[in-house]
Amino acid sequence: MRSKRAGRQLLVCAALAVLPVGCDKLSNSLHQPPSATVRTDAIAVSALEPGARMPGIVHKNPLEGNPFAISEGQRLYDWYNCSGCHFRGGGGIGPPLMDEFWIYGGNPANIYTTIVEGRPNGMPAFRGKIPDYQLWQIVAYVQSMRADKPIASPPGPREDHLQASEGKESR
Amino acid sequence: MKDARSQRLGKSAERRRRRPRFSALLFLFPVTALLAAAACKGPAPPGGAGVPAAGPASGSAGSIPFPEPDESSWIRPAKDFSSSRYSTLDQIKSDNVANLKLAFTFSTGINKGHEAAPLVVNGTMYIVTPYPNYLYALDLTSPGAPAKWTYKPKTIPSAQGVACCDVVNRGAVYGKGRIYYNTLDDQTVAVDAATGQEVWRTRVGDINHGESITMAPLLVKGKVLVGNSGGEFGVRGWLTALDEDTGKVAWRAWSTGPDKDVLIGSRFKPFYASDRGADLGVSSWPGDMWKIGGGTVWGWISYDPQLNLIYYGTSNPGPWNPDQRPGDNKWTAAIFARDPDDGQAVWAYQWSPHDLFDYDGVNENVLVDLPIGGRTRKTLLRADRDGFLYVLDRETGEIISATPFAYTTTRTGVDLKSGRPIEVAEKTPHVGTTTRGICPAAPGGKDWQPSAFSPRTGLLYIPHNNLCQDEEGVQANYIEGTPYVGANVKMYAGPGGHRGEFTAWDPIAARPVWKIKEKFPAWSGALATAGDVVFYGTMEGWFQAVDARSGKLLWRFKCGSGIIGQPITYRGPDGKQYVAILSGVGGWAGAIVANNLDPRDGTAALGFVNAMGDLPTATTAGGMLYVFALP
Repeated sequence: MRSKRAGRQLLVCAALAVLPVGCDKLSNSLHQPPSATVRTDAIAVSALEPGARMPGIVHKNPLEGNPFAISEGQRLYDWYNCSGCHFRGGGGIGPPLMDEFWIYGGNPANIYTTIVEGRPNGMPAFRGKIPDYQLWQIVAYVQSMRADKPIASPPGPREDHLQASEGKESR
Repeated sequence: MKDARSQRLGKSAERRRRRPRFSALLFLFPVTALLAAAACKGPAPPGGAGVPAAGPASGSAGSIPFPEPDESSWIRPAKDFSSSRYSTLDQIKSDNVANLKLAFTFSTGINKGHEAAPLVVNGTMYIVTPYPNYLYALDLTSPGAPAKWTYKPKTIPSAQGVACCDVVNRGAVYGKGRIYYNTLDDQTVAVDAATGQEVWRTRVGDINHGESITMAPLLVKGKVLVGNSGGEFGVRGWLTALDEDTGKVAWRAWSTGPDKDVLIGSRFKPFYASDRGADLGVSSWPGDMWKIGGGTVWGWISYDPQLNLIYYGTSNPGPWNPDQRPGDNKWTAAIFARDPDDGQAVWAYQWSPHDLFDYDGVNENVLVDLPIGGRTRKTLLRADRDGFLYVLDRETGEIISATPFAYTTTRTGVDLKSGRPIEVAEKTPHVGTTTRGICPAAPGGKDWQPSAFSPRTGLLYIPHNNLCQDEEGVQANYIEGTPYVGANVKMYAGPGGHRGEFTAWDPIAARPVWKIKEKFPAWSGALATAGDVVFYGTMEGWFQAVDARSGKLLWRFKCGSGIIGQPITYRGPDGKQYVAILSGVGGWAGAIVANNLDPRDGTAALGFVNAMGDLPTATTAGGMLYVFALP
């Protein structure tokens, strides 16, 4: 409860930060003197870089390729209703995840950020809703959808699975 | 669960259930035979000629009770309050339509599904686009119909994340010098038709509840009638009346919940016993599930000015998974007749009590006066998602007849005594099993795509689907603002392998007179004219004219993108008859193209992608208006 309130306070402050009046408590962190350092560790969404090329940064998913993480990720992907928009990677309300096109970047850190922060054209922000280790499990599952990568999680054991065949009404 | 179902099905259905299984097939036989006879006289090519009837069209039986006589305008998507989509213009007729030529075009600049009907009034054409819901005004008095102004509403782009089936918009309505329409992010706007200035704007819903709006409002007696979308998001459905001058809410009728919310009071007299009782919108649900139970109002509204009743339907219940919501789930998948002045319900009927297949009850209600049994009856024609064509008495809500117009395995009929559908028990989807051969599939025998009625032929022209599906129930998990479905689905073509049909239906004889097979679902609206020419579009992009009596293909034009819009016709400022259609594929059926979905996942887009894997090879996205006239 307490941390929730603190979080809300932080949000309010973040919103207020753009105004001349700030929150006393957090004014130190939000009103630091201008710094000469530049960030080189931020993950890029764009392939276009002005001036000299920066060394490529790959933020690896700590759980990438881990079969348990992928199978847990698959469960959570349904649990948090990711499947309601992206289905089994083919997309619907949201874009497909199994192809090679990434609107907001296919780097695991991009996918992580997309889930946490949301994206402006419909992707909800799941910040504060999903624990960090689960986020990386979901990312691991999403990474495994790419058709050119081996899928570590086996399909369900039931024989008459939806994917098994098609009803005889067809043709 | 089983006991509850038996009780629910009533006596005749209970008798059926005890019979051996093949009785259901026997019952189906005459229906399938009839459809086969009408539909399968040799393989017609996509967009090919219609199949002639067993007999001639039934002549001038049936009339449109509330026509809109001014043919120089088209002020609501359905043309008139009867929702006939019929025009008395007859310059373009069966013997000259072959000469129809392109008059002008207009690009909307948007690559999503264009489901709207253009409006025409005072020498201006108005087009509402899919999200971001621009409103264009085109000057029909100048050569090439250049744009006069564009209205761009301020909207929240995140709304695209709660639109189940592409970010479509089905059109606007004109009245009192204003254009009224809805935005995807739950606003209703009134725009000055002459200047493009915003007159008022009201936020009527919240995307964070999963609500969006895609429907075209109807203007009735100074009230703008608006309903929400979101049956796949655990939304609680409603219809709301807004004052035409101020945008202030006059009344809101919820589709679920206690009678006081549903606006059910002393005037409520449903025809069937199972629709009577107090607070059925609560008691027909487990616990509080009515609060997230669907019943959204995203389809069409008709109006009878004599009875002073509006008619509209409610969507599927949420979630799709029926195991999670035992009970009738009132008032989802139903139709309401209400007084537009105060919203009070006068009657209601549930097409699909405890809906099993996402059979939304929102399709258009075409008001027609028909000679039946030696007298003229005030009827309402409904081609429902369940694949049945219902003829209802629009005064009382009594079903006069219910006959399948599409291939069906889920129901064998409707019990006219109880009003309840006679369901095929083994087609019920459940959690943990896969149910195969569900026909029609979730988009129904017919989805939103509106039909047209011609009083000259007495026929209803129905663009529709021929789809089946396999479905696996899964537990749906409610998280506000995210999908709430609980089903994995794979759709595929029904018998014959074609996915769409265009059927001319005789509502008195309750039979098809001719049918045209379409390769893809016939996802556009229909238009009937006094020239005995009927227009509709295909998802490949053919805009075509067929003979109203025979279904013979008379003319067609290949548009730039697949057609899912609604054709209209009007007399231009130069006195000539024009026909207009928006091309721009998308919608649920065309989401694979509009949203670049991956065909390798058949369950994508709620399973529709499995049936549409070849659409990307047949058409590409892109919104464009096409307007035609004789030279």
